[in-house]
Amino acid sequence: MKPMIYLLKSPYLLFLWLLLTGIFSPSTLAESRGEELFRNNCSICHGTNGSGGMGIPLASASFLDAASNQYLKQTIRLGRPGRIMPSFYWMPEADIDALIEYINQWRDTPPKNWSSRSISGNPESGAQLFKSHCAACHGDQAQGGKGTGLHFSRPTEIPVTATALNNQGLLNSAPDEMLHYIITHSRKGSIMPSATQLGLSDSSVNDIVSYIRSFQTPQLSKEKRYTEEPASLIINSPYSYEDTIENVKRAIVGSNFIHIRDQDLAHGLNVKPLPNSRQTIIYFCNFNFLYDALKIDPRVGMFLPCRVTVVEQDGKVQIMSINPKHLSQLFNNNALDESCDKMYEVYTSILEDASL
Amino acid sequence: MRNLIICLFLSLISSPASAVVTGEMIMVRSSEAFPETMSLLQEAISNKGYTLVRVQRVDVGLTAKGYKTDKYRVVFFAKGEQLQQLSAQYPQLIPYLPLKIAIFAEDENTILISANPTVFNDMFNIPALRPVLQTWQNDITDILNTVQTAN
Repeated sequence: MKPMIYLLKSPYLLFLWLLLTGIFSPSTLAESRGEELFRNNCSICHGTNGSGGMGIPLASASFLDAASNQYLKQTIRLGRPGRIMPSFYWMPEADIDALIEYINQWRDTPPKNWSSRSISGNPESGAQLFKSHCAACHGDQAQGGKGTGLHFSRPTEIPVTATALNNQGLLNSAPDEMLHYIITHSRKGSIMPSATQLGLSDSSVNDIVSYIRSFQTPQLSKEKRYTEEPASLIINSPYSYEDTIENVKRAIVGSNFIHIRDQDLAHGLNVKPLPNSRQTIIYFCNFNFLYDALKIDPRVGMFLPCRVTVVEQDGKVQIMSINPKHLSQLFNNNALDESCDKMYEVYTSILEDASL
Repeated sequence: MRNLIICLFLSLISSPASAVVTGEMIMVRSSEAFPETMSLLQEAISNKGYTLVRVQRVDVGLTAKGYKTDKYRVVFFAKGEQLQQLSAQYPQLIPYLPLKIAIFAEDENTILISANPTVFNDMFNIPALRPVLQTWQNDITDILNTVQTAN
């Protein structure tokens, strides 16, 4: 009993004892660190236990079957530019290793170890094969499917979004051997058929791999769009405050959106109105458009609902809104750019129509 | 030295959850169901000194129009005098006010997401706003961490 009392009295001895007895062995520390890193950085999209969500189900056997440790490391480092998955370029090497060790606990079999050897094939022939067998899901330019991954709460046509095979993050992470293996064996549990099921020879698989590899460019990602765009769209109104509000409502309906309601900016805040200043938010929506946008990326709620604000300050009336083009840069989701461009057109049209 | 060892020991045995703060967003996953998480969120907002302005029931609107969706809400909050002062001084900020957090169900979990207010630093490039935006980032991170650790 006496030794235990000494241990409890001295933190130095207690710490040493925990290390020596293996309660804090390097591997348990790494596992704990990996779990913490996963929870804090990955679980938001990939699910608490790697079961998937906005991100793919990392714990699934079909994913882990082909994913080497090197592939995981590169994917964490580079992310998937334009496909939601961010780059963790800032994460220390030891943390990435701990994260991979944590992910590896979900494996039934040891990780594959792909060589970096290039596969020789005919990319022209591969392009034809890709068009016939792959493009329906992966897109005509291998840009991948739209929308988020597994079991997001609203219905999705395909349980796992088809991979963007032209993505530079993927191409710099997945060696040819890995691509060849996936095409040959497919992904178990997905709707992807194997090359065998499609009746494709090994040589044809090589051609497809060569075609996919032809998308690789020296530059990892494109320059961000719209860096020069203002964050807010603001236009002066020649009309009175009240008339401008009515003009905005008419313009909203004219753009095929539904006017929901008006609200003072300080509504619900129990503050005295400022002198010579009025601000009215006009909320509106197009539910079909909203639904489609949420399917592409549920994070767009950060900027919902649609609204235009009419502001009067010292007799000057202005109409203003967010600038969706500017905000599209925040999402790392190219599929959302089209929606953001459309909303930009809607906002500018409403602002212009209301001030004509 | 003794305190250092104790801190090291405590840091090894504890692994507190924390919100994911990227340059652009602040996000957490709560293992609680949507109704419980929504209550925790509203309480955390209030405890941080903000007034809950409104809850936009996005899912209700979608369902009423025939779309199938799980729970999806947007929670608006602000500090009254601060909002008035900033909107008068920097009207270009108005379209982004009040602050908001999107909260939606994903199976048995709930996901909470907010834009990281510090992205407005680059968007507006107003040096005087930087401390305010940093405070908002800290507050939103604290709010979301509170919700997550309350599981």
